[in-house]
Amino acid sequence: MAYNLKEWSQRPERFAPGHRMCAGCGSPITVRAVLRAVCPGDRAVVTSATSCLEVSSCIYPYTTWEDSFIHTAFENAAATCSGVEAAYQAMKKKGKLDQTYKFITFGGDGGTYDIGFQSLSGAMERGTDMVYVCYDNEAYMNTGIQRSSSTPKYADTTTTATGSRSDGKVQYKKDLTKIMAGHHIPYVAQTTFIGNLKDLHEKAEKAIYTPGPAFLNVLSPCPRGWRYETADIMKICKAAVDSCVWPLFEVIDGKWILNYQPRHKLPVEDYLRPQGRFRHLFLPGNEHLIAELQANVDARWEELLKLCGGN
Amino acid sequence: MSKRDRLSGNEAVAAAIRQIDPDVIAAFPITPSTEIPQYVSQFKAEGRLSTEFVTVESEHSAISACAGAQAAGVRAMTATSSAGFALMHEMLYVVASDRLPVVMAVVNRALTGPININNDHSDSMGSRDSGWLQLYSENAQEAYDNMLMAHRIAESPEVMLPVMVCQDGFITSHAVENILLEDDEAVKAFVGEYHPKDYLLNPARPVAFGPYGISAYYMELKKQQTEAMERSAAVIREVSRQYGHMTGRYYDLIEEYRMEDAQLAVICIGSSAGTGKAAVDELRGQGIQAGLLKIRAFRPFPGREIAAALARVKAVGIMDKADGFSGSGGPLGAEVRAALYQAKASVPAVNFIYGLGGRDVRVDDFYNIFGQLGDMADGAEAPMYRYIGVRE
Repeated sequence: MAYNLKEWSQRPERFAPGHRMCAGCGSPITVRAVLRAVCPGDRAVVTSATSCLEVSSCIYPYTTWEDSFIHTAFENAAATCSGVEAAYQAMKKKGKLDQTYKFITFGGDGGTYDIGFQSLSGAMERGTDMVYVCYDNEAYMNTGIQRSSSTPKYADTTTTATGSRSDGKVQYKKDLTKIMAGHHIPYVAQTTFIGNLKDLHEKAEKAIYTPGPAFLNVLSPCPRGWRYETADIMKICKAAVDSCVWPLFEVIDGKWILNYQPRHKLPVEDYLRPQGRFRHLFLPGNEHLIAELQANVDARWEELLKLCGGN
Repeated sequence: MSKRDRLSGNEAVAAAIRQIDPDVIAAFPITPSTEIPQYVSQFKAEGRLSTEFVTVESEHSAISACAGAQAAGVRAMTATSSAGFALMHEMLYVVASDRLPVVMAVVNRALTGPININNDHSDSMGSRDSGWLQLYSENAQEAYDNMLMAHRIAESPEVMLPVMVCQDGFITSHAVENILLEDDEAVKAFVGEYHPKDYLLNPARPVAFGPYGISAYYMELKKQQTEAMERSAAVIREVSRQYGHMTGRYYDLIEEYRMEDAQLAVICIGSSAGTGKAAVDELRGQGIQAGLLKIRAFRPFPGREIAAALARVKAVGIMDKADGFSGSGGPLGAEVRAALYQAKASVPAVNFIYGLGGRDVRVDDFYNIFGQLGDMADGAEAPMYRYIGVRE
């Protein structure tokens, strides 16, 4: 179905107001957009890893989730979902259920790139008919902004502190989307909040309605951890895409497709500057650090262009 | 009609699984329980099992998938041992607190440190406070029978707690014994259908599992769990009574063997009870009033029943196949002593730590134990705990 924001925004809300996420947080934007892609007639079971999202959306005796929801622990959201999906297959085979259900799992980058990575890899490899959505905010925000394998190089976090002997995180960010593409599942995509959310909505719909496992990696900024003005979240996402720090692409049945090529590629510092976590990079004498990050972004971008057939 | 067969403990559990035909099984291989998922795969390949078999990448994921499946509204089972069991530890608490009546076959094996594949009870004893019911089996027959009763107990509205059915690794799991199997149809009728009240795949009523339980609610939820555990004792007895009517094999929370006039008693769990009974018979022939008390249900803990059974003995040996490393013995030792204290029973008691990592326990070891108990009955001091069958 062709995307129309007005029409989509009138779909029934499946993530109700009243949750306790921070203002300017990317996570509920990701969740609402993804759930909007579930056809209003279809049902869903949502699984969540332990995360800011989980502890802010399902505080006993309340729930934000209009659909059935399950959280069990931190490192096992995908495995938990694969159990729910197996139960669905069993009930369907035995004629105990007429309705169509979709299985959607949310995890932060801690629950996805790191502690939940094994569980995710297993569920994808087994061909579970589910969508795993990572809301990637590039650190363990729920416990107070500790580094993850998704944290970009030189970011200041509470476990990669900056100081006279430290420039922040030492390592580059793990390329999880590419690793998931390496699972040869039918649908893998990377997106964030751009314009009228067309890219996110369309990818969510493809992910949900592609039979078999799908993985969606959504850059979902965190105002506390990234230290930006809450109103600036869309600007930061746009800069991430226009600087090629976070390119928009999808991998459909092994075919890499670039969804957006910036007309004028922004320098990486335009993405870094509004974020307090990179403030130390703009101190005199640290120009080489930004140059190093730029070189890395350029190399990754060239690599992606090759994978996408040079388009 | 029961049917005679010769099966190992793992085969007996697999036979029970085939007859129960649960909706979902998620499992990861680990010695000595590996055969159980292998049989599941084989039965499925032969079209004898309709179960969805989720071949997960770890035991943590196995129990997580079971949690998801059971919450979704179906029966879920798994099997594990030792390190795999320990890897599930976190999730055992989640499954119990979510009141998911998952059934797990545990084939007891020592925990690593150093690695060892043989039997003791350090794995399941390590999670004794996780909120699961624990039924222990002396032999393959009991493993089979406990499996057939487990769902009825777990799913009782009075209980709604997960159940683990334990048997001793290799000693029971791999030894082939004569066994009586029930008819498929009789088992199906006995186990019945699973009808959960709230479940994820209920189109009429979406539900949320696993919320954030703030301090204002957490403690009430825990009290409800412990009340359900208390109620489970009566449910185990009732289900066991009905099972006895069907099969002629009756079970209780504990089994008393020649305890009616016993002056010296040992308490043990699992396959050692068979060895202990042989020793009791031999000692009785020598005029020694020996008896044995076997724990079938360790959770719920049958403290009152144990204290009542020991009311008249002159010395008791409490046998633990797991050390608590507390410096004062193992888990069964601590809990039996607490039960005796509560019952105001002043019985000389010693906690024997034995059989760790597959160390053999022989009839001779029981003679040794009963000999020590005899000394204590005559006034010798009872130590807090003592290792048996270990090189000094």
